[in-house]
Amino acid sequence: MMRHEVYITTNEVKVDGKVLSHNENGSALLTELYRAHVGDYPKFFKMDTLSKLGFVASELLLQAEGAPRFEPREDRAVVFFNRSASLQADTAYQETIQDPNNFYPSPAAFVYTLPNIVTGEIAIRNKYFGETSFIVMEHCDESIMARELQNAFLDPMTQSILGGWLDCTDENHFEANLFLVEKSHVPCSEVSCQQLNESTNNN
Amino acid sequence: MGDKQMIVRVSDNIISPLGMSTAENYTAVKAGHSELKRRDGLWQLPEPFTASLMDREMVNEIAAQQHIDERYTFFEKMIILSAAKALEQTHIDPASDKVLFILSTTKGNVFLLDKRETGFPSERVLLGVAARQMSEYFRNPNTPIVVSNACISGVCAQIQAMRELESGHFDYVVTVGADVQSAFIVSGFQSFKALSVDPCKPFDANRTGLNLGDAAATIIYTKKDKVTDNDWVACRGAIRNDANHISGPSRTGEGSYRALRAVLGDTNPEKLAFINTHGTATLYNDEMESFAIERAGLSNVPVNGLKGYYGHTMGAAGILETILSMQAVDDNNILATRGFETIGVTHPLVLSNENKPTDKRAFIKLLSGFGGCNVALLMAKGGVS
Repeated sequence: MMRHEVYITTNEVKVDGKVLSHNENGSALLTELYRAHVGDYPKFFKMDTLSKLGFVASELLLQAEGAPRFEPREDRAVVFFNRSASLQADTAYQETIQDPNNFYPSPAAFVYTLPNIVTGEIAIRNKYFGETSFIVMEHCDESIMARELQNAFLDPMTQSILGGWLDCTDENHFEANLFLVEKSHVPCSEVSCQQLNESTNNN
Repeated sequence: MGDKQMIVRVSDNIISPLGMSTAENYTAVKAGHSELKRRDGLWQLPEPFTASLMDREMVNEIAAQQHIDERYTFFEKMIILSAAKALEQTHIDPASDKVLFILSTTKGNVFLLDKRETGFPSERVLLGVAARQMSEYFRNPNTPIVVSNACISGVCAQIQAMRELESGHFDYVVTVGADVQSAFIVSGFQSFKALSVDPCKPFDANRTGLNLGDAAATIIYTKKDKVTDNDWVACRGAIRNDANHISGPSRTGEGSYRALRAVLGDTNPEKLAFINTHGTATLYNDEMESFAIERAGLSNVPVNGLKGYYGHTMGAAGILETILSMQAVDDNNILATRGFETIGVTHPLVLSNENKPTDKRAFIKLLSGFGGCNVALLMAKGGVS
């Protein structure tokens, strides 16, 4: 079985290890990828950066998988990990309430102040009725992610997982390393944290 | 009972405005008490709201007695105190590498984003860093896991704990859930028009929205070869998505129904004392839950909801409500749904605003949240076959 993987940072895109060319950086890169590779899902423009990142990365991943799409299914889970939870959206929402004289809390901004919203966005797009989950930890840790992915297969319904690392600290600092893993395939060292931690340190 | 190892509760704790222990909380709830009160002008918020809030000075004093001092935020004090109170009932060494801490929270130390807040390093707003304050307090060497799945986090964290034990990685999991209210959270729910200005009325015809609340709650789980009749067993849990909308539940209760179906398996619904619902008292949530319960063939099982006592305690809710449900079954009681008067959902439910007797020994805990997520957990005293 071919293993599929997508890696996106603010200035680099790789699908199954192959570099995907692009012109933009930062959040403009996500919009460029959306226009070039998706294009038919205008809800994308309402999303926060974390959801845009997860949405685009999952689209590239599922296109690489090449299996039939948008059929309702319950056997695929979406399980993401990160360090910053919904920090970019939290900071954006805080801006709307910071000044008591200019107080304009927005429901559209507030809804994204939860990291698991992106798992819901992907479930809606793909008609995934299975488990969706978001786990936050202090640092990217390969052994913990492998343990948690194996644990997720303890739900007898779950046969495959769209999962991985999905972190965003602000509109211009993010990193995604998503992959598809099957139950029969032991998910050890799926994510290379070295790569991710280096990119964090470079920010 | 088969030979399979089972996941059992070792001890628990609830810290809320109704008390600092599980027993105090259960007694208060059984007596119909609540600290839901209207707040005008609190945190400089322009609109009033009703919430169940901790006396922060009292928490500071109790925490200080246990050397949980001003290095810790109010949120961190709550999670450390609750974990400590659950641990002190046991012989568990929290510094052992066979013990894992799991934290369920949605917003943790989010108040630190307010530019007027100083005195704590900004990285404490990160949930993993906040959780580390707790595990380090107990000198635990493992990286704490934070489950952040909106309103369903507290039950997801328990499922996570079950899996960590089942796969043999740990001997004990200390599962702590908490959120503390702030201008950030209250204004956000207000912007959604999801809050009721009055005490909430779950499943009622005149319900107008939810209330919010502070709480921390802890359940410690372990794995056992042989369970006794008095052991509380976490039997099965399931998380399912509606695949419908990020901020509203499926009208047909799709994810909630699927989660219910998964945890029920071939268990006879006759064994259930009750279903403890999410019951937020928003129009859509309560209607959705009634539909999911009907679709799962559980319309004859009594239903209750506890938001009328505590408001929505977010990351704590799934743990707090599971603990109170265990206490109720231990007491042969189905807790009243405080605030409910007249049925206001279209699918029939067995619901009461008075405590009712039961001799059954199992229940299902149900939650739903933003992101279209839903969760169900089957708990049974002595286990189910």
